Amino acid sequence: MDQGNPMNVPATRKDLMIVNMGPHHPSMHGVLRLIVTLDGEDVIDCEPILGYLHRGMEKIAENRTIIQYLPYVTRWDYLATMFTEAITVNGPELLGNIQVPKRAGYIRIIMLELSRIASHLLWLGPFMADIGAQTPFFYIFRERELVYDLFEAATGMRMMHNFFRIGGVASDLPHGWIDKCLDFCDYFLTGVTEYQKLITRNPIFLERVEGVGIVGTEEAKNWGLSGPMLRASGVQWDLRKVDHYECYDEFDWEIQWQKEGDSLARYLVRIGEMMESIKIIQQALEGIPGGPYENLEIRRFDRERDSEWNDFEYRFISKKTSPTFELPKQELYVRVEAPKGELGIFLIGDQSGFPWRWKIRPPGFINLQILPELVKRMKLADIMTILGSIDIIMGEVDR
Amino acid sequence: MIIDTTEIQAINSFSRLESLNEVYGIIWVFVPIFILVLGITIGILVIVWLEREISAGIQQRIGPEYAGPLGVLQALADGTKLLFKENLFPSRGDIRLFSIGPSIAVISTLLSYSVIPFGYHLVLTDLNIGVFLWIAISSIAPIGLLMSGYGSNNKYSFLGGLRAAAQSISYEIPLTLCVLSISLLSNSSSTVDIVEAQSKSGFWGWNLWRQPIGFIIFFISSLAECERLPFDLPEAEEELVAGYQTEYSGIKFGLFYIASYLNLLVSSLFVTVLYLGGWNISIPYIFVPELFEIKKIGGVFGTTIGIFITLVKTYLFLFIPITTRWTLPRLRMDQLLNLGWKFLLPISLGNLLLTTSFQLLSL
Repeated sequence: MDQGNPMNVPATRKDLMIVNMGPHHPSMHGVLRLIVTLDGEDVIDCEPILGYLHRGMEKIAENRTIIQYLPYVTRWDYLATMFTEAITVNGPELLGNIQVPKRAGYIRIIMLELSRIASHLLWLGPFMADIGAQTPFFYIFRERELVYDLFEAATGMRMMHNFFRIGGVASDLPHGWIDKCLDFCDYFLTGVTEYQKLITRNPIFLERVEGVGIVGTEEAKNWGLSGPMLRASGVQWDLRKVDHYECYDEFDWEIQWQKEGDSLARYLVRIGEMMESIKIIQQALEGIPGGPYENLEIRRFDRERDSEWNDFEYRFISKKTSPTFELPKQELYVRVEAPKGELGIFLIGDQSGFPWRWKIRPPGFINLQILPELVKRMKLADIMTILGSIDIIMGEVDR
Repeated sequence: MIIDTTEIQAINSFSRLESLNEVYGIIWVFVPIFILVLGITIGILVIVWLEREISAGIQQRIGPEYAGPLGVLQALADGTKLLFKENLFPSRGDIRLFSIGPSIAVISTLLSYSVIPFGYHLVLTDLNIGVFLWIAISSIAPIGLLMSGYGSNNKYSFLGGLRAAAQSISYEIPLTLCVLSISLLSNSSSTVDIVEAQSKSGFWGWNLWRQPIGFIIFFISSLAECERLPFDLPEAEEELVAGYQTEYSGIKFGLFYIASYLNLLVSSLFVTVLYLGGWNISIPYIFVPELFEIKKIGGVFGTTIGIFITLVKTYLFLFIPITTRWTLPRLRMDQLLNLGWKFLLPISLGNLLLTTSFQLLSL
């Protein structure tokens, strides 16, 4: 480099190595591209590049009715599908002041909490695989298969359910489902204790995870983080307790939170949330009331008198009405506590079946912004630990 | 006259035998080597099968079951598949370094097999420096990894190769110190002498009981030398980026795979020889008196028993590294180096000191 002074220290020390962790990598975080600037083993900077899974979900929503759009929404966060469906129907329900029957509310809560458990399980598997322990990945799928079986019995599909409807759910629970679900809850508690024994007190795991990627309380609030990332930094903010939506107030459960804000705290928060979800499910299953599972009154057309769509056949027997719900000319922000954070929809209605603007606030997208800050002084191996503990899923980050 | 012809015939036949003898002499040198290599290959197949079955059991699934009965020919099937793959070269990599890298890793490990005893006279070469040969030659393997990492013209491979070299170097010293303690105990570095020194009191004569700390350090260091989990940052860097094996395909990749298992097998054999009593049956005296007789029997039966015992001990010990691989997470690079230099090195030095003082007090 420097022909004039051969005795100098070679100039290669100043060159930083730029490494591209491309959209294809064997780690299971979806198609995220990271351009990492390294100095030996230390990370100087990291630039995430998104957009590899962009499918134009928000634009598509402007040309679909709510019922037509429901199959799309499960593809945002394909691991916690019930939440995306819940928020899609919550918006129009709030706009139209539609009451959801009690039984439907309980069924929704059970499905939502099962989905939360499923999402946290599938967060745990790749997180441990990134740290190096490949076996928990198989164990979580064992439990997740049971959740899939429950979903398949109730909704007909293992993952992309299309189960929620405006005013309730699409169909009632099959006979015997409640007993099966109670059995699952009992079995799952033993599974979680197995994870605790295998993982939580493992010294190698603790060394990899403790003190890595610390987010302070003020920092978490300023960046707009939500979900377990926020609760692991000391802020006791859970939308289920803040917004009092659905029937969560009728159950007895605690907010899981930790103070340190490192990856270990986020891990503990999510494991704790899984146990709390089981408690909620057990209480809901034992207290589920009878009654209708869908508010069918909303299917009325009351603009024209004696419309054929209001006939008995179209409302109560096989023919379901279409087009259905008309969004009034208002705007509304509705949010739900998804396992990854606060999932929100900002909905501007036009007086028609299609929304005018359907803005999705994905928790993964907002939480991912903090990644370059967190990896700044860490080693190369910590990038994956921190990325795993943020818990993103590219389907909703890119939409 | 008759004596003359028979003498002449005897002299003629003697000369023919002489040249044949020479040829036989040369061939006879290669036969044990060939048998050993054959044995090693079969041993590798067994290890691969064992690893896949054990990992399947831990992960609650079934291992290989279609290639051969119970899936025992799976490794052969994988090797054959790799033979048929295209041999890729990176476009601007160093071709010579790239090609030689895996071979060096394999050759250096294969050479260490020559000092492992399977019986009193069943060792390829009974060197005076036996065990030290293994340590010295296995230090050449990181050079092979560096060559493959550098010759791949790929940043990740280079990083992986550097890490592999750093890791191997750091963990050689605790390994050597443990072996040194064993040599002190047995008054020799020859592997045959080390096993003989453990044969005196049956089960309780194993070096495992006389060097418990040394055993644990040797175990951890050999896991690090073989680059197995929890120390497999160079290899399963594939989780983050990709290791030094990225640009390899076909049989060169197979060579890396084999080198990894060769290393594991030789480490386990050395654990058996150094700590677990080698080819001795090691059943306590009060057990069965007939077997006590058999321990002294030579001949074919005795040597077969010797080989069998060595292999049984090795494979029973192999269960532990394989289970460890699928249970524990991975150490980060700086934690790994910390463990090697700041933790294992002082402890192994302390172990050596302890052994020396015990020897001085002739215990």
